[in-house]
Amino acid sequence: MAFKIIEGCVNCWACEPLCPSKAIFEAKPHFLIDAKKCTECEGDYADAQCASICPIEGVILNGMGVPVNPPGSLTGIPPERLAAARAEIQAR
Amino acid sequence: MDLKVLSQSGGCASSGCGSSTDRLTHLPEAIRAKVNNHPCFSEDAHHHYARMHVAVAPACNIQCHYCNRKYDCSNESRPGVVSELLTPDQAVKKVLAVAANIPQMTVLGIAGPGDPLANPERTLETFRQLSEKAPDIRLCVSTNGLALPAVAEELCKHNIEHVTITINCVDPDVGAKIYPWIFWNNRRIKGRKAAEILIEQQQKGLEMLVERGVLVKVNSVLIPGVNDEHLKEVSRVVKAKGAFLHNVMPLIAEEEHGTFFGLMGQRGPTNAELQTLQDACAGDMAMMRHCRQCRADAVGMLGEDRGHEFTLDKIETMEIDYASAMARRAEVHAEIEANRAAQREQTGETFVSLSSLKRNLKPKSEPRPVLMAVATTGSGVINQHFGHAREFLVYEASAMDVRFIGARKVDLYCSGDTTCGDAETALQKTIRTLEGCEVVLCAKIGYEPWGQLEAAGIAPNGEHAMEPIEEAVAAIYREMAESGQLDRPKAEPQRMSA
Repeated sequence: MAFKIIEGCVNCWACEPLCPSKAIFEAKPHFLIDAKKCTECEGDYADAQCASICPIEGVILNGMGVPVNPPGSLTGIPPERLAAARAEIQAR
Repeated sequence: MDLKVLSQSGGCASSGCGSSTDRLTHLPEAIRAKVNNHPCFSEDAHHHYARMHVAVAPACNIQCHYCNRKYDCSNESRPGVVSELLTPDQAVKKVLAVAANIPQMTVLGIAGPGDPLANPERTLETFRQLSEKAPDIRLCVSTNGLALPAVAEELCKHNIEHVTITINCVDPDVGAKIYPWIFWNNRRIKGRKAAEILIEQQQKGLEMLVERGVLVKVNSVLIPGVNDEHLKEVSRVVKAKGAFLHNVMPLIAEEEHGTFFGLMGQRGPTNAELQTLQDACAGDMAMMRHCRQCRADAVGMLGEDRGHEFTLDKIETMEIDYASAMARRAEVHAEIEANRAAQREQTGETFVSLSSLKRNLKPKSEPRPVLMAVATTGSGVINQHFGHAREFLVYEASAMDVRFIGARKVDLYCSGDTTCGDAETALQKTIRTLEGCEVVLCAKIGYEPWGQLEAAGIAPNGEHAMEPIEEAVAAIYREMAESGQLDRPKAEPQRMSA
């Protein structure tokens, strides 16, 4: 099983140096993960490193094809609370 | 009342190494020498010396709500934005090329576009090479502080004398509204806990640097409704721990920047809110007010960016003989220092006449202070055409002194298309930028803007071209006092909305 970087990656480089398997490489239009090398960090770390530092929701998929960081997981605001949060912030 | 400036032994101008409010004149000689030609650590220095950033550090270990990690935009000027990521070798080549071509460049900083200390190998390798190849350049780094305790010792080995830490809070509850997560010990930590760890590391890092004699500047982003009142506490805490300078910057949050705050409609502070907070913090701490919130690959004087002259393909073709460049740089620096010394003497005389002005005033009536905007390209003089100015320096003249308040940008970062449809014209936008100012000093000005400025209650003044800024501001203030203008409240604009 391997993780995958998809469209939406902003090429911020944060994941590349962290990969214990050196599976992540720079490419156009965005970074990619070499599926043959990726171990999902098993045996190295409790959490997959790329997905733990990636700042963009939804752009890293796990071996099952599911986003590791779904919408709202990184902003801390679940989609159903977004409108309320926006109103609070705009009242500042 | 005596003028504070005159009571100080250094004889410096009211701003600069510097102002009575910024308190840099009280510094021991060794520290003044360290900041004398650092445009970010000394307000006076920024009129004369340039800086550059090299974008060698892409990765970041935290998320700030005011930052978008997609950083490639050549039209924007704000922190965290760069066009070309460099390897350490490319960065060193660029620094030598810039130093040879812009001899007044004294400081090389690494400020991103991510966090320099989250990229320790790339950052430290750049410093290592430069401390060897360009010993006449000061090295400087800016960080969010999370990794600072881990690398503080190593930084000191590379001759880093200036470090900037961005500290937006000392309370994790405030921090949780600014930082959604951090990457710490190989895990993503979210919410209050994340802010708690970040704050702890920032404070520890600050203490470690101060113990080692490094000058630390603290940057804080003023976010209305989030940390505005809290920044006074931040200022007290970091001062107590030995920070040298506090730089409170306005939040930049536009929807098109794609930041969380931008997308959510968080507003930035008004000029007045920013100044009020800076003044409140100034009671505790030396404040920096001349920050231009530059890009992580900016090149040149603080108000300008000459990065396009030094792109990778251009520096490839440059042959740099650094030994001879260093000799030329030393000559240029000596000229600048002679020029600064001469200006200080002139400005000193101005204050004598200002104080005599005060004696002529009717007792009891303290003339009100006046804000004036200045168009300058540097060297501490009024030397720019109004229409060419991309920013204005704002000074406050009062019966006590002339003090620098801040720089206001005209159009340095994208805020949508203003050239089409009903959008305000560039000139209207500039005039809005000058809100609160009563006079604008420039080298020259066209007929059209002259009329519109007057209509907006701002008096254009081109009579002091090529004169030192503070002397000219003081002279105009004196004229205003003598003609009775200061006895009346400020003129209201005829057709301007707030």
